Amino acid sequence: MCLAVPGQIIEVVSEGELDRCGKVSFGGVVRMVNLAFVPDAGLGDWVVVHIGYALDKIDEAEALESLEYFRQIQELEEQISPSVKGGFDGYIQ
Amino acid sequence: MKFIDDYRRPEAVAALVDKIKRVAARKWMLMEVCGGQTHSILKFGLDRLLALEVDWIHGPGCPVCVTSVELIDAAVELAQRPDVALCSFGDMLRVPGSQRDLLTAKALGGFVRTVYSPLDVVKLAAVDASKEWVFFAVGFETTAPATALAVKQARSLKLTNFSILAAHILVPPAVEAILSSPANRIQALLAPGHVCTVTGLKDYARLSQDFKVPVAITGFEPCDILYGTLSCLEMLEQNRYDAVNCYTRVVKTNGNPAAQKTIYEVFESCDRNWRGIGVIPSSGLRLKAEWSDFDAIEKFALQTVEAKSESECIAGSVLQGEKKPDECPAFAIRCTPDKPLGAPMVSTEGACAAYFKYR
Ligand code: SF4
Repeated sequence: MCLAVPGQIIEVVSEGELDRCGKVSFGGVVRMVNLAFVPDAGLGDWVVVHIGYALDKIDEAEALESLEYFRQIQELEEQISPSVKGGFDGYIQ
Repeated sequence: MKFIDDYRRPEAVAALVDKIKRVAARKWMLMEVCGGQTHSILKFGLDRLLALEVDWIHGPGCPVCVTSVELIDAAVELAQRPDVALCSFGDMLRVPGSQRDLLTAKALGGFVRTVYSPLDVVKLAAVDASKEWVFFAVGFETTAPATALAVKQARSLKLTNFSILAAHILVPPAVEAILSSPANRIQALLAPGHVCTVTGLKDYARLSQDFKVPVAITGFEPCDILYGTLSCLEMLEQNRYDAVNCYTRVVKTNGNPAAQKTIYEVFESCDRNWRGIGVIPSSGLRLKAEWSDFDAIEKFALQTVEAKSESECIAGSVLQGEKKPDECPAFAIRCTPDKPLGAPMVSTEGACAAYFKYR
């Protein structure tokens, strides 16, 4: 129910307090999304979308920071634990 | 896709799993509050990867599962009125009421329409004045801003044929009720990332202090869930507790103030009956008096009478983390997604449905 999907604003179509709207691309699939709660989000910004409205902007710097943290953990674990290096099969895609 | 694939990379998942295995000196009991997280944990097999480190308790975070029988009955009654178009998220259609579900009401001639957003219902009401359009407003703090926005739009468009059946619920009072229970076994919490996107961290910081439990605000991809789990286990092993944000790309400390403002312009908190759990004080949202012209219960003079839930179903124990779905005697035998006895088997995010699909 609280599912929310990341997408990129490709056009702001209308302004207005209640119905600020824009086109958002979800990996190529474009939908109209209400942007009333992200007043400072514009063209090119990434947002998380839930039931037709943008919950908030995605902070790209924060995203990179967490990925960097995962990369560091990976580096460390590769040195000390064999399952990371030697073909890990426990992960179900 | 950006912001998804990176958080599913098998190498990163493996490294996080290994790190968690090294951090955990024993098995800990974690509750993931949100049904979306339950779904991810089972879908990606995280519970199997960490079978010795984490006992996952699946929390009450599926609004479809906890909407009370009397509200389902009210929706069914509305759907059966000839003048009403009852609009609802698809998941709600097969949740059993005391007599029937919405899908049956539809088969019997009721007008039931599945919608993606309450904002769509406002548009439908604006173009079709021949019907009373009612939105069955279920969902947590994540969903409530859209309903509040829809109500505000309806007023600005001067619509008189739009109303809502308000069933919104709030996460922190439910978590508090579970942690306060003498039967509570939960040692740390994965808090619901998209609820916190709206509300911020405040309530979860308070819960962490009040109950001395580690809390990690967590996203929904495998790496997000493992990162939250790792943070909780690190705190548990070091005998610390705090509320930490492990979903910083989306969740800000103060949440989304514009969304909060809109919720509390239109709604106020009220006591609410949670299916299988009971009445939890201040755990729901109802329309404020000045917005009562959009309240379907008043508009159609509905009587909501408390109704009994199904007997064999142990959904209450499942939703409070006391039992696992496969401990229910009806699980996968008399209760399946095709013939659900209880709500957690209906919703795709219900714990019973997740066990049925992935186990
Ligand atoms: S398996 Fe079915 S009957 Fe048992 S708790 Fe889940 S929903 Fe209820």
